[in-house]
Amino acid sequence: MLEPPVVSPASLSEALSLRASGGYRPIAGGTDLMVQLAADVAEPDAVLDLSRLAELKGVSTDGYEVTIGALTTYTELRHSPVISARLRALAEAAATIGAAQIQNRGTIGGNICNASPAGDTLPVLLAVDAQFDLASVRGERTVQAREFWTGYRQLALTDDELLLRVRFAVDRTRHTRFRKVGTRAAQAISKVVIALSYRSDGGVWRDVRVALGSVAPTPIRATATEAALEGTRPGEAVADQAAQVLAGEIQPIDDVRSSAVYRRSVSARVLHRLLREEGGW
Amino acid sequence: MTTVRDTSEASAIYHFTVNGEPREAAVPGMRRLLDVLREDLGLTGTKEGCGEGECGACTVIVDDLVVDSCLVPVCQVEGADIRTVEGLSDAEARALSPLQQAFLERGGAQCGICTPGMLMAAQAYLDDGGPANEADIREAIAGNLCRCTGYTKIIDAIEAAAIARDEAIEDDESEDEDEE
Amino acid sequence: MSDNDHDLRAAGEGPLVLTPPAPGRVLVPTRGIAVPAPLRREGPSKLTGQAKYTDDLVFPGAWYGATIRSTEAHARLLGLEQDAEFDWSKVVVMTAADIPGDNVVSIIDDDMPVLAIDEIAHVSQPVALLAAPDKSTLREAKKRIRARTEPLPPVFDPLESDHEFAAYDFGTGDPEAAFEEAALIVQGEYRVGHQEQLYIENQAMIAEPRPDGGVRITGSMQCPYYVHTALKRALGLSDEQAVITQAETGGGFGGKEDYPSVVAIHAALLAQRIGKPVRMIYDRHEDIASTTKRHPAIVRYRSGVSADGRLIAQDVEVIMDGGAYCTLSPVVLSRGVLHAGGPYQCPNVHIKGRVMATNTPPNSAFRGFGAPQVGFAHELQVARIADELDISPAELRERWAYREGDTTPFGQVLRESVAAHEVLREATEAADFAELRELSRQTRAVRWGQAAEAGSGKRSTRVRTASGIGLAMGWHGAGFTGRGEITMRSRAAVELGDDGVVRLLIANTEIGQGTNTVMPMIVAKVLGVDPSEIELSPIDTSIVPNSGPTVASRTVMVVGGLVSKAAARLRAIVEERSGGDFADVYRADARKHGATRIDQEYESEAAVEFDDLTHTGDAYPAFGWACAVAKVEVDLDTGEVRVRSVVSADDVGRVIHPVLAEGQVEGGTLQAVGYGTIEEMKLVDGRYLNDRLSTYLIPTSMDAPEITAILVEAPFSGAPHGAKGVGELPMNVAAPAVVDAIHDAVGVWITDLPATSEKVLAALEAAGGGTSA
Repeated sequence: MLEPPVVSPASLSEALSLRASGGYRPIAGGTDLMVQLAADVAEPDAVLDLSRLAELKGVSTDGYEVTIGALTTYTELRHSPVISARLRALAEAAATIGAAQIQNRGTIGGNICNASPAGDTLPVLLAVDAQFDLASVRGERTVQAREFWTGYRQLALTDDELLLRVRFAVDRTRHTRFRKVGTRAAQAISKVVIALSYRSDGGVWRDVRVALGSVAPTPIRATATEAALEGTRPGEAVADQAAQVLAGEIQPIDDVRSSAVYRRSVSARVLHRLLREEGGW
Repeated sequence: MTTVRDTSEASAIYHFTVNGEPREAAVPGMRRLLDVLREDLGLTGTKEGCGEGECGACTVIVDDLVVDSCLVPVCQVEGADIRTVEGLSDAEARALSPLQQAFLERGGAQCGICTPGMLMAAQAYLDDGGPANEADIREAIAGNLCRCTGYTKIIDAIEAAAIARDEAIEDDESEDEDEE
Repeated sequence: MSDNDHDLRAAGEGPLVLTPPAPGRVLVPTRGIAVPAPLRREGPSKLTGQAKYTDDLVFPGAWYGATIRSTEAHARLLGLEQDAEFDWSKVVVMTAADIPGDNVVSIIDDDMPVLAIDEIAHVSQPVALLAAPDKSTLREAKKRIRARTEPLPPVFDPLESDHEFAAYDFGTGDPEAAFEEAALIVQGEYRVGHQEQLYIENQAMIAEPRPDGGVRITGSMQCPYYVHTALKRALGLSDEQAVITQAETGGGFGGKEDYPSVVAIHAALLAQRIGKPVRMIYDRHEDIASTTKRHPAIVRYRSGVSADGRLIAQDVEVIMDGGAYCTLSPVVLSRGVLHAGGPYQCPNVHIKGRVMATNTPPNSAFRGFGAPQVGFAHELQVARIADELDISPAELRERWAYREGDTTPFGQVLRESVAAHEVLREATEAADFAELRELSRQTRAVRWGQAAEAGSGKRSTRVRTASGIGLAMGWHGAGFTGRGEITMRSRAAVELGDDGVVRLLIANTEIGQGTNTVMPMIVAKVLGVDPSEIELSPIDTSIVPNSGPTVASRTVMVVGGLVSKAAARLRAIVEERSGGDFADVYRADARKHGATRIDQEYESEAAVEFDDLTHTGDAYPAFGWACAVAKVEVDLDTGEVRVRSVVSADDVGRVIHPVLAEGQVEGGTLQAVGYGTIEEMKLVDGRYLNDRLSTYLIPTSMDAPEITAILVEAPFSGAPHGAKGVGELPMNVAAPAVVDAIHDAVGVWITDLPATSEKVLAALEAAGGGTSA
């Protein structure tokens, strides 16, 4: 259906009632859904336009955690002083998505709920153990990022729920890096996208997270690789070892964009490079 | 704000301004802004190149931000201020804008199909104070594909327009100073 | 003129005042045949959104048309299946049986049907046509109709095909004996893939039935008379019944040379059946999936070099993949084999080539037309030889490049207008080639000299990018190959109307390259008036004569030649009977004598006519020469190649309009960079996998290098002002220059275009055991 009927509620409670009544596909910035509608990949009975819901907007912090409304656009992430100070890697990820036109409309909530394995902000969210607040007429609940994507484009979100906001802890000892490899410099879906995050405890790396996109049906945490880095002071030997573990741990595929061989190799090499840059050797 | 609802039988009426003029469209809410502009309002300056937000030929400015109008459902521009290529030149004096003039002089348009979208991306950049600096200009138009020019003369034209804008601002400021 | 404004050549719809540029900031190009050069004639119209491309035009009551296409590469077509639960009375369906004329898309061979009859030869082959009064009915109907088929075994590899569209074999001297003498033999197999033209305006045609039983076509095209010929044939129409008009066209690059005939015929069939206008506007997905592309090719090359460093033998085999039908393949192959030796003097050459059928969508014209494919091969050969001999690639080309008086392998003596050495010098100097090449050599020595392996798991070097600079040269025969112009007998006219206005009557189209600006300049120069005094007639086959297609870089050289001669004759007539200078007397002359129209037909001036059979003789009136120098940065971890800059020196004979000529060099260079790096087209079971703009990737502004166009002039005596054409030449050089630069940076040769990061990384990892020089 090219132009399904749409409702644009003015309040969250109304949106949740509509969502509960069934058959509504939510639209945020439209940069994913509009493409799917045009290609007949999505054929919803009706669309729920979230764009007027003030409750889903805004970036704020209380010093302990950062809260990002689901409707926050990539441009807003890039311009947010809070994000810049607390999770620059997320702004960097937002800057690699599409180009200005897409960044002005695409939202973090859309990126999360579209659940593409190549979603560029998703590895960063995994790497900082982000929490997702979901709401329905039944109430609110929180799901951890690492539990949210359950299979290829499958979410822990139920049919009557909406994503309200994303939260992550403020941690001044945590360092997070991001790198995306695409076919070209702008407007490119990633072939490999990686986020590396760790706390530095006097030079020793703790609570290491290595998250990747485009190498599995969902964004993933590379737990064996994390274990190889946990409690180390990464130097060349550790980096070589971690890169090797990562290469063995992931099972990427061949697709229109790239090959399994390339993805495996580049994931390892990019990790090695990030480790070197963070380690300073 | 009230909820706006439509069904495929009864369209809602959406109101917005286009190039400063109030307009409305009684169409299904999921109708693309691109189609509203081209077909319902007869403003064919904005083009469709891909329908999937990759080429930027459909770029318009909505509330001061560039967007791909092929990806914007009209229900989401209720009350918005929309600018298209038709609004760039001065309708009264029938003169090209400084940006259009720069494109004309420097060969920024060849086949012209990417040009309206390109101009809107460039105009938004200039309005936002974007500097006359090649790297920033390249990023500002990264969402606008051109197959004819290699981008070289487009960048030259935007750079020239940015310089002209800065000089005009300086001129205004020095006039203000004179008046003080 | 109907209510729907079809005055598609108007410079603007109302008088727009062009703000004169502020003094001191005027750009006054000092080259070109008019100083200052006029601004793009239809520029204001394009810049204000007033220019009307096909889909912008309103035709009240128009229906919407669509093409139903096969989903298999090779099959028996048994019939059409239409879902019973749809109301088919609301739409019109047409098949091969409904074609009134010949079921053939007329171009060279008559092998391609308008609609398949009983066999499907490629994915996306048109099987039926569908039209509906509105878009949503059309969309619904399209989902409910499909071809019923029985699969047949497909052939996808041109090397396994036994259906040959064309073949050529020619040479000079005794290459085998020369190879015996050679001190060094370098051989290689080079592959180049498909390339999609990716004009930003999709294919589009609108057909209107005429009262006389004919059809009027308005659409996006390069060659109205190709469409005219094809339409007459398929619908059984007379010259007058078929009327073709070109709307403002958003790019062509060869992709709108012959394919528009298909779209036009489809729209016309429906319009004739329905009795109403029919709009056939492709979306991007259909356009990429179904239209013609650049021929993929395999080039097997052997070069022999003597002990004293002379190029003494070349043996080249070219195999092109034509796709399922012939289209323009024989001519693409012809240009390919004729250019395959490269711009180098060699006394013993054997070149043979063939273009084969496969069960993939037909391939056809794309800027360069066979030359970029062989250009990649001949340049990589020279680059590898230079590397083997440890000689600068610039110096080697300096020794080998053609000079005036040399003879090509097909026996053409290069009598004049040879600028190979000039473009080589201009590009290498502007790009600091020698210095930067030396710098790369030193950097490599430092970097790889410590037994750290370039591509292996050991990534001991801190700096994770490597820079390189590369060089390539090329040539491009201007105008049609061989006897093409003689066969075509193009005709153009210049008319002094009874209204006192001078008009140009040509069928050559503006597709962005500047036809509408430069052709009036050429005529104005001959008449001694300002270009603004020359009007262009609408591109309408009922108005303008057939001055030939807008292809082969022929417009300025050949058609410019025709209109120059016509203008000269007009000037002579008017000055003779009215006395005084044309510029002063022409309006009065028109008032007194009425309209005067001068038609000029093409006359060949070739010294040695080309023999198609032996492929020998004067293949082209003249050649353009080009040299590109590219600087790249290779990411050692990902294999990504960033092309930082390209300097392209192009000999165009004579610059007519510097801004427009530079624009052609800049645009062609970027298309060639895309061809060399990211424009990969994969196929699965004969179907294009990269069939959307999100998967077929062309360079954005952030990928595009800094491009410096250097226009060189080696005038050709047989063309107006010596101009030889500029549209295609730049396409032939940037891709091999980039690949040479990759080698300079990281020591690997990519012999299979495009040089994607996957291929570069794989080559780096394979080379991991050794270091590069």
